Amino acid sequence: MEARVARVAVLQGLPRLPWLWAAAGAVVLLCAMVLGVLVGPAHIGLGTVLQALVAPSAVDPAQASILWSLRIPRVVLGAVVGAMLATAGAAYQGAFRNPLADPYLLGAAAGANLGATLAIAFAPGSSVIGVNVVPLAGFIGAGAAVAGAYALGRTVTGLRNTTGLILAGVAIAAFFNAIQTYIQQSQTNSVRQIYSWILGRLVTAGWEGVLLVLPYVVLSVVVILLHRRLLDALSIGDEEVTSLGISARRVRLIVVIAATLGTAAVVAIAGTIAFVGIIVPHTVRLLVGRSYRVVIPLSLLFGAAFLVLADTAARMVAAPAELPIGVITAIVGAPFFIVVMRSTRAAAL
Amino acid sequence: MQRHHIRGAVITALTILLAACGPTPSTPSTSGAAHFPVTLTGTDGVSVTINKQPKRIVSLSATATEMLFAINAGAQVVAVDDQSNYPANAPMTKLSGFQPNIEAIASYTPDLVVAVDDTSGLVHGLGALSIPVLIETAAKNVDDSYKQIEQLGEATGHTADATSLKKKMAADLASIVASIPKGARQLKVYHELDDTYYSATSATFIGQVYGLLGLKNIADGAKAAAGDYPQLSAEYIVSSSPDVIVLADTKCCHQNLATVAARPGWSSIAAVKTGQVIGVDDDIASRWGPRVVDFLRALAPHVIQLEQQAA
Repeated sequence: MEARVARVAVLQGLPRLPWLWAAAGAVVLLCAMVLGVLVGPAHIGLGTVLQALVAPSAVDPAQASILWSLRIPRVVLGAVVGAMLATAGAAYQGAFRNPLADPYLLGAAAGANLGATLAIAFAPGSSVIGVNVVPLAGFIGAGAAVAGAYALGRTVTGLRNTTGLILAGVAIAAFFNAIQTYIQQSQTNSVRQIYSWILGRLVTAGWEGVLLVLPYVVLSVVVILLHRRLLDALSIGDEEVTSLGISARRVRLIVVIAATLGTAAVVAIAGTIAFVGIIVPHTVRLLVGRSYRVVIPLSLLFGAAFLVLADTAARMVAAPAELPIGVITAIVGAPFFIVVMRSTRAAAL
Repeated sequence: MQRHHIRGAVITALTILLAACGPTPSTPSTSGAAHFPVTLTGTDGVSVTINKQPKRIVSLSATATEMLFAINAGAQVVAVDDQSNYPANAPMTKLSGFQPNIEAIASYTPDLVVAVDDTSGLVHGLGALSIPVLIETAAKNVDDSYKQIEQLGEATGHTADATSLKKKMAADLASIVASIPKGARQLKVYHELDDTYYSATSATFIGQVYGLLGLKNIADGAKAAAGDYPQLSAEYIVSSSPDVIVLADTKCCHQNLATVAARPGWSSIAAVKTGQVIGVDDDIASRWGPRVVDFLRALAPHVIQLEQQAA
């Protein structure tokens, strides 16, 4: 009991969330969202945008509907998806004590891609209880892949270490990718749709997409936030958590389930957007600190801001055509991350 | 290399043997075998010599299949690829034009193969078996289509049929174009390839046919960097407010006026308000064959109606 109190004290000694950084994150996110609402391929003046926000009925209905039905939901969805992917990435890195972990580590992306590919190829345009079958299949695919990897990893190493689990995830992802590629090859008619889905899309979702993902994202983010202290303990060692009277396996399982649930939901709506789950948490670590009490809330804010900005670029660079958002996140994200890494080279990953 | 040659020789010998033993196809009605051998330059710039009138043609191009049957060369076609679903009597097989399998193609002992492009070493592989391959890449406009029809006429011994098809198409198109009244303002069209708003610019065959009807294709607003088939922003489509929406995704994605009207923000588009959302056969809209006439004929009444309303 005494030991436990001492351990808890150690944990409490870890750095708290620096409020200045949190405020900065909130401001950056707000600015990104304002920018996202102000610019778009349809030229709508600043005055009109402000008017449409306050009194939509006073504005030309076509412009008001562009803002309220297309642009604003897309900005909001970008923020939700970015926040989720960055948070889930940080959670996976903590749960697996692996800096290379991302939300797709256990095959969520491969599963979602396979599910969506099956739906696009064999049941195009159909819906179940009013929900388009493609995101539904993506969600189920992502969940099935991660569940499969977890079950497989469990039988191999009994979850004593995370390596077995990660390898199981790699195997499942390779297997699902192979089936997905095969179906894509044999269904030449739907190649473009499959391809466009995989590269990521916030294009057509609208408020419906926001409402579909929001419950999962809120649940997932709340659970991960509640476990941020335990993730700090886990980063020291499984024994650290066990000494608190809590099963390390259970913490890991809960965090992975929560992160997977949120990831599966956003992947199902937005497609597999690469890189956000890796670079955002690591940038936060390099700039602010390594404690999950810092990394998780800040990843949430900066992840949301990053994806909103990336999507604004995706809309504007080739306007009025779209660029796949996954291209932007990697093309902008990778060099930015390298700059951060080089300029803070003292910090260990 | 040596083994390669031997295998090629063996297969060629087998090809000749099988062709000799097989049933003689009915002699084609027009032109005939007189002008062979003929050397043609495919649209990829590669010339190919056809020694005898082909009697066992394999088509790996859905458009070429339509053209071959339209110039009465259908009886000489032994196999077409898995996309060649028109005309209904075309001998559709599992052959793929996207991932062509040389052995599978050779097993039909063809004396001419027509394809859209030279993928997976198609020309080289079939060349080793002395099978001529004529490449007819995607046409950019109707004139390109005419050239391909004439070339297929030359390649199959149906030059007269090809010329009369070309003349008929040109006459039909001219009468459709003449039927469109000149309106006060240029109508705008949005051509939809799928429900993520991929479209086609006037640099493509289907994108430029709208120009024949006097329509302005809104996809042309996309920068060249976005390619000939850009994915358009929903915002751009809504703010452009096209007068006509052509849905070439009725088969792939089950789109129609109701699904388009239900998209967020789309109800303010002129075409949605007036109901000028026209579903077309995805296949016709993605090919550059003789059925382009049918495509424009189906479209014309809508344009005429709009022009009359605008006048």
